[in-house]
Amino acid sequence: MTYIVKPKFHHPSLPVNELGFTHRDYEGSISTLCAGCGHDAISAAIIQACFELNLPPHRVAKLSGIGCSSKTPTYFLGSSHGFNSVHGRMPSVLTGANLANRDLIYLGVSGDGDTASIGLGQFAHAIRRGVNMVYIVENNGVYGLTKGQFSATADRGSKSKRGVMNNDNSVDLVAMALQVGASFVARSFSGDKAQLVPLIKAAIEHKGAAFIDCISPCVAFNNHPGSTKSFDYVREHNEAVNRLDFMAPRAPIHVDYKPGELEIVEQHDGSKLALRKLHADYDPHDKLGAMTYLQERAHAGEIVTGLLYVEPEADDLHDHLNTVEHPLNELNEKELCPGAGTLAKINASLR
Amino acid sequence: MRPTDISAPGYFHKVVDCQWACPAHTPVPEYIRLIAAGRYSDAYMINWESNVFPGILGRTCDRPCEPACRRVRVEKEPVAICRLKRVAADYKDDIRGRLPKPAARKNGKRIALVGGGPASLTVARDLAPLGYECVIFDQDPRAGGMIRTQIPRFRLPESIIDEECGYILDLGVEFVGGRRIDSLKALLAEKFDAIFVGSGAPRGRDLDIPGRTEAAKNIHIGIDWLSNVSFGHINKIGKRVIVLGGGNTAMDCCRSSRRLGGDDVKVIVRSGFEEMKASPWEKEDAMHEGIPIFNYMVPKAFEHDNGRLTGVTFEKVKAERDEKGRRKLVPTGEPDETVPCDDVLVAVGQENSFPWIERDIGIEFDQWDMPKVDTTTMQCTRPGVFFGGDAAFGPKNIIWAVAHGHEAAVSIDRYCNGEPIEVRPAPAVELISQKMGIHEWSYDNDITQDKRYRVPLREQKIALADIKAEVELGFDPQLALAETQRCLNCDVQTVFTSSLCIECDACVDICPMDCITFTQNGDEADLRTRLTAPAKNPTQDLYVANDLKTGRVMVKDEDVCLHCGLCAERCPTGAWDMQKFFLEMTYAGEACRSSA
Ligand SMILES: Cc1cc2nc3c(=O)[nH]c(=O)nc-3n(C[C@H](O)[C@H](O)[C@H](O)COP(=O)(O)OP(=O)(O)OC[C@H]3O[C@@H](n4cnc5c(N)ncnc54)[C@H](O)[C@@H]3O)c2cc1C
Ligand SMILES: Cc1ncc(C[n+]2csc(CCOP(=O)(O)OP(=O)(O)O)c2C)c(N)n1
Ligand code: SF4
Ligand code: SF4
Ligand code: SF4
Ligand SMILES: [Mg+2]
Repeated sequence: MTYIVKPKFHHPSLPVNELGFTHRDYEGSISTLCAGCGHDAISAAIIQACFELNLPPHRVAKLSGIGCSSKTPTYFLGSSHGFNSVHGRMPSVLTGANLANRDLIYLGVSGDGDTASIGLGQFAHAIRRGVNMVYIVENNGVYGLTKGQFSATADRGSKSKRGVMNNDNSVDLVAMALQVGASFVARSFSGDKAQLVPLIKAAIEHKGAAFIDCISPCVAFNNHPGSTKSFDYVREHNEAVNRLDFMAPRAPIHVDYKPGELEIVEQHDGSKLALRKLHADYDPHDKLGAMTYLQERAHAGEIVTGLLYVEPEADDLHDHLNTVEHPLNELNEKELCPGAGTLAKINASLR
Repeated sequence: MRPTDISAPGYFHKVVDCQWACPAHTPVPEYIRLIAAGRYSDAYMINWESNVFPGILGRTCDRPCEPACRRVRVEKEPVAICRLKRVAADYKDDIRGRLPKPAARKNGKRIALVGGGPASLTVARDLAPLGYECVIFDQDPRAGGMIRTQIPRFRLPESIIDEECGYILDLGVEFVGGRRIDSLKALLAEKFDAIFVGSGAPRGRDLDIPGRTEAAKNIHIGIDWLSNVSFGHINKIGKRVIVLGGGNTAMDCCRSSRRLGGDDVKVIVRSGFEEMKASPWEKEDAMHEGIPIFNYMVPKAFEHDNGRLTGVTFEKVKAERDEKGRRKLVPTGEPDETVPCDDVLVAVGQENSFPWIERDIGIEFDQWDMPKVDTTTMQCTRPGVFFGGDAAFGPKNIIWAVAHGHEAAVSIDRYCNGEPIEVRPAPAVELISQKMGIHEWSYDNDITQDKRYRVPLREQKIALADIKAEVELGFDPQLALAETQRCLNCDVQTVFTSSLCIECDACVDICPMDCITFTQNGDEADLRTRLTAPAKNPTQDLYVANDLKTGRVMVKDEDVCLHCGLCAERCPTGAWDMQKFFLEMTYAGEACRSSA
């Protein structure tokens, strides 16, 4: 929490992107979260990713629910569209928005409480339907905004700040996302932007439901020794299965790894994901293998991070519904009321 | 890179760009904050202690601090440091009660000072309160040196000179006016315990081209003419005046001419406008008074008719680089140009001259006939004889004269106490946390985007009619307050403690200037390219800290840090803290001595 306005001055040699913007142009208003909150680092990663992708801010819509994490869209992309919905209801609002205007880039920003507790059903259905979006959960294992109660992602056996043990089982959002059909699934850590920024860029360019579970320590209520979502714990137990480099369409590929170490995955828009394998036997296209591997490692107490699963040529909700290419919100009377002749044809087809 | 040793007094001093650039190391941001708080007398005293002549310097300083000011790199125009100093002088209360008292008991040591300019006055100011009997000899009747005899009154009213020289003479300093020292040997025979030579660089260079002697009546050496104006011996000049030369003296000559009857005053320089020695603001002031500056014209001859000057003929030149890349002026081949005029002022440079120093008294002179003076101790090759100001290393400016004076005073004090003068006292440094609450600091960390404020000027018609009418009116308190808000408080340092850092990136993300990076260590050249924003200014240090849990290093590029404290506000663990760095030079007196 800071009272002064962040000065407008910026570094004289700050790079500009293709649109002539610096990364500062993708900022929002100054964050009111606790100093050191992991969520702020994720906001910074989103800013960096959008800057690097040369996104025009007005082509992005940010949607969120309720929670510290859900407040963060105010702190990035100040010139983008935004909707702060009801607790746990971001997925349905996002689905509706996406149906109405398929041309925007949808960023769903949520918390572990917002998604895994109150919003579990909404989460599953939006993913299941393949809504074209990036769905980021800023996962701190607690309800930060309401002063640190365990959320549904808190690991069984972890302790609250006051020493109380969590006896409930945890929801593993990555496992659920895989199970209900997300076509892009990643896990990362707010304290590792080198990993997180390319993942967000790849997720934005991915067509279909892209889900990122981002562990994000809550410095006020969940960064103590008994926590499994603290900076220290995550750093000690982090097992990255791969390292991702995102490359824009047409960007030349420089490969200086040994054969077998690097895999290039091309997405629908021609963007390329250069995946450097850190675990030789991990295959991000084998959903079953991935699910098994993740369960095993979780059991061993490891937090597996990286690009866990990707289906490069996935379908999305609009494909399933066979909607027109043109955004629905821009259709006018002529298209929506094609006349008596067309109606007669439809009626005839139903007889 | 090796981790930065922030305990070395030079490290944080260098971050305070203005203070580092100031020869006397005036604590600039400290006095600017005092002005913002309306504490003008306190601001004055801070200045008085380090630069001795706040009212004078606040109007005339060459201000090496301003081009160095961080605001230049962050925005464009520096903080108006110099003119804020004047505000402290203009709005202070009577501060005489806060000045040192004449020594109650003399220490029995007698010091002779040759010349009564700022260098000697500084030495006297530092030594007199300690009990030294200081005797200043000057050929002119009153103290001040060139401050009094050269700087025109429309830039510096005489009352300010009287006031600030008076503060020093009132310390019990003896001023012997109207006495020229003609023999150093004779002075040495008077058995002073030490002698300080602050006699300046009193000789103006001449221009020996055809017609010089024939037209001598209307050709004047700039500094001689200015002192004659200052003493009231000259009060008019011809209608058409040419000033030859591009330094600050030329600017004072042309502006003075405008006030003494010169309607058509031109400055004509050999080289390019950009290469002129005069400070940019002096050129601006001259042009603002309707004085054009012509460049690339080399004077060839003074034209005359019956012993009367009629004009000056110039050869037109251009700048070219020779094979070795050196800049040279070569004729353009265009026909020469004769510019008609009634008077010429020659302001093509100033020189030292020491006809009164015998060459057989142990004082060695170099190939340019300058005494060999040690740049730290200010002593020449004869122990007990010290130099300072323009006399030491050629013409500079007031603030350098002051800085030399302080150093010479330290040397004299140690010398008279039988201590080696090569051993210099360290400055006193202090770092104090400014934290008052989670996001409250005891300095104002909110930075204004405002552009530099202009100093109001006297209406030009009135200003040009009276050579004694001060042109600049100075900031009023409101303007001064607004200008103070542009200072970035570079003395409030970002201090990092590795052991507290949890590497959450909050400071990296919040920093408006992208100063902070956590990365793998490397050598400096490599690190400079790998930072959040590239560190392209090699004159500004990288602050490196190691011992982080992930094995990375924290690297902060000091270059454009706003000292806004946001990093420290965002840090959840207090690994960053904002700490005020205060550096106090050690002056003559017990603190500067080893035995103390
Ligand atoms: C026209 C002009 C304008 C200037 N404007 C500025 C300005 O705006 N800002 C700035 O910072 N600097 C300015 N300067 C430079 C500045 O005046 C000098 O650098 C400064 O005064 C040097 O101080 P000093 O103590 O070394 O010597 P000086 O000020 O030169 O004083 C030396 C004194 O010693 C006396 N003296 C010399 N020889 C003897 C002797 N043998 N016996 C007795 N007395 C002797 C001289 O009469 C003189 O009074 C200007 C200079 C000139 C010429
Ligand atoms: C319907 C409803 N129920 C409960 C709340 C109270 N509430 C506000 S935020 C929150 C939990 C937020 O947790 P999470 O999504 O993990 O966000 P965090 O603050 O941890 O980032 C709860 C339960 C609410 N605002 N609305
Ligand atoms: S901003 Fe202030 S403290 Fe910093 S260099 Fe300029 S005047 Fe000095
Ligand atoms: S004080 Fe801290 S946040 Fe502000 S510019 Fe300097 S390093 Fe950045
Ligand atoms: S905000 Fe503090 S704890 Fe976090 S990275 Fe910066 S210095 Fe370290
Ligand atoms: Mg939470």
